[in-house]
Amino acid sequence: MKPSKPYRVFRNSALVVVVFALMAPLLWMIAASFKTNVDIYDTAKAFVFSPSLKNYETVLQQANYLEFIGNSLWVAFAATTLSLLLGVPAAYSMSRFSMKKSALVVLMARVIPGVSLLVPWYYVFSNLKMVGGFTVLILSHMFVSLPLIVYIMMGYFDGLPAELEEAALVDGLTHIGAFRRITLPLSVAGVATAGILSFIFSWNNFMFALVLSGSDTKTLPVAIFDFVGYASIDWGGLMAAATVVTLPIMLIALFVQKYVVSGLTAGATKG
Amino acid sequence: MSAVLTPRTDSPEAPAAPVDTTSAWSRWANEHRKWLFAAPAMAFVAVLIIFPVAWTGYLSLTDAEGSVRAESEFIGFQNYLDVLTDTDRFWPAVWRTVLFTGVVLFFEVVLGMAIALLLWRPFRGEKWVRVAILLPLVATPVAVGMMWRLIFDPNIGMANQLLGWIGIGPQPWLAGQHSALPTTMFIDIWQWTPMVVLILLAGLTSLSDEPQEAARIDGASSWQRFRHVTLPLLMPTVIVAILLRGIDALKTFDILYATKGRGGGSFHEVETLNVYAYGLSFDYNDYGVSSTVLIIFFLIIIGVMWALTYRKKGLGR
Repeated sequence: MKPSKPYRVFRNSALVVVVFALMAPLLWMIAASFKTNVDIYDTAKAFVFSPSLKNYETVLQQANYLEFIGNSLWVAFAATTLSLLLGVPAAYSMSRFSMKKSALVVLMARVIPGVSLLVPWYYVFSNLKMVGGFTVLILSHMFVSLPLIVYIMMGYFDGLPAELEEAALVDGLTHIGAFRRITLPLSVAGVATAGILSFIFSWNNFMFALVLSGSDTKTLPVAIFDFVGYASIDWGGLMAAATVVTLPIMLIALFVQKYVVSGLTAGATKG
Repeated sequence: MSAVLTPRTDSPEAPAAPVDTTSAWSRWANEHRKWLFAAPAMAFVAVLIIFPVAWTGYLSLTDAEGSVRAESEFIGFQNYLDVLTDTDRFWPAVWRTVLFTGVVLFFEVVLGMAIALLLWRPFRGEKWVRVAILLPLVATPVAVGMMWRLIFDPNIGMANQLLGWIGIGPQPWLAGQHSALPTTMFIDIWQWTPMVVLILLAGLTSLSDEPQEAARIDGASSWQRFRHVTLPLLMPTVIVAILLRGIDALKTFDILYATKGRGGGSFHEVETLNVYAYGLSFDYNDYGVSSTVLIIFFLIIIGVMWALTYRKKGLGR
């Protein structure tokens, strides 16, 4: 049934408000990143100003952000790849053999506060002189990625009919062969979903890098604080830095919107 | 997978099984595939998650502080006694954690439900609304905190400018001792309501149309249809949304640290349990006490989760 006209008018105006409330702050941040600090302080120039790329020069050249972008990419890529290698087979086993208790243990990692890992990790890894290196940072990001991947992939494997694998067994494939040649190719969408979500979460992760990264391994969310001084804040530089951190991940998310949404809502409708 | 293609030559007593063309290693692997597949992930979890949590438990019973190489002594439950009687920092932090989580969950679920219902039926321009819903959700929380810090700046921020236009005086927002926590709640609601929208929308889309249709024919108003048909059917999804958002809301750290810095501001005005435990560990190096706070925090989270899943099972019946 088609909704009535008054309802459509109400819905459309309500949606305009929602879209405005969600988008305006992001657009404001991007606009401020093109303003000089003088213009940011001048409320008369809130909407009309001459755009400048000076803040981006500061961020990319003086503040060394190209290096931090590289660090963030490498940590997110490595943590995601390793978590997929460990997580996908584990999720398959847990799904096919209904390993409820093992699954629960992995998923508990989603519940544990990150600080309670950081303390023992800091103890062990600073005694091993590994704090500040990429290895510890990547391992810490896997703490977020691995449970996420197991969670998404378990749901995905639960939804794949076992009959396909049984048919492959009859045709002479081994169990592992059936997993590799039948199940895995059918799961590309699931693996993509899990991988993309893991990448986003790792890129956005702040707390682990705050403690475990050093000057050579600093990731973008930590580097943002370079623009916040004790006495004053370089607002233009800060907004440019915030844009440099957020815009890539928002663009990626737009291109693979379908996967991001299915990953975020995984398990929501199983009841 | 060359093993699959290798002809079997090692056991002449079974010529009737041409299907079984596997090597000894491959046979072993296939028989033990359950643990072979799961073991690497389980080992990671055991070494890097379970062991640290157990160590946190041990540290909470010691007076560990200062350097990580310093000696520490076993002091039993002294830390627990100190923490649980600490009305200066610990209990206010518990209260802020509970308040923060309760308020943001309430608004995120109510607003999320309203927006999900608006988006439920197809309409023109749907694609663009979905883009707007997705963007806050994937934005880096620390950057989101910085973005709002500019908007809420008492002197140059857009928020006070907007209030000025409608004749309301400037507010201190994040800088105020009493307004800081509500302002951070607002930021959390802005960023995470879309998450609830997506989850509830997935739930709504999976509902069948027939109960709705039947209620309509019986003359139920749209509110009655929502209250007595849609909502009860959607309840399991609502609980999932509350569960997922609740766990993350209890552990909120990034936006609090980005907007108020160490210790939740100079008056600890946004210091939740997570921020408090972080500060104890890495600003004061008071590992024994921070571990105690973490263990208590962990128990609170488990308790809330248990209560919610228990309720979910009750509703499933």
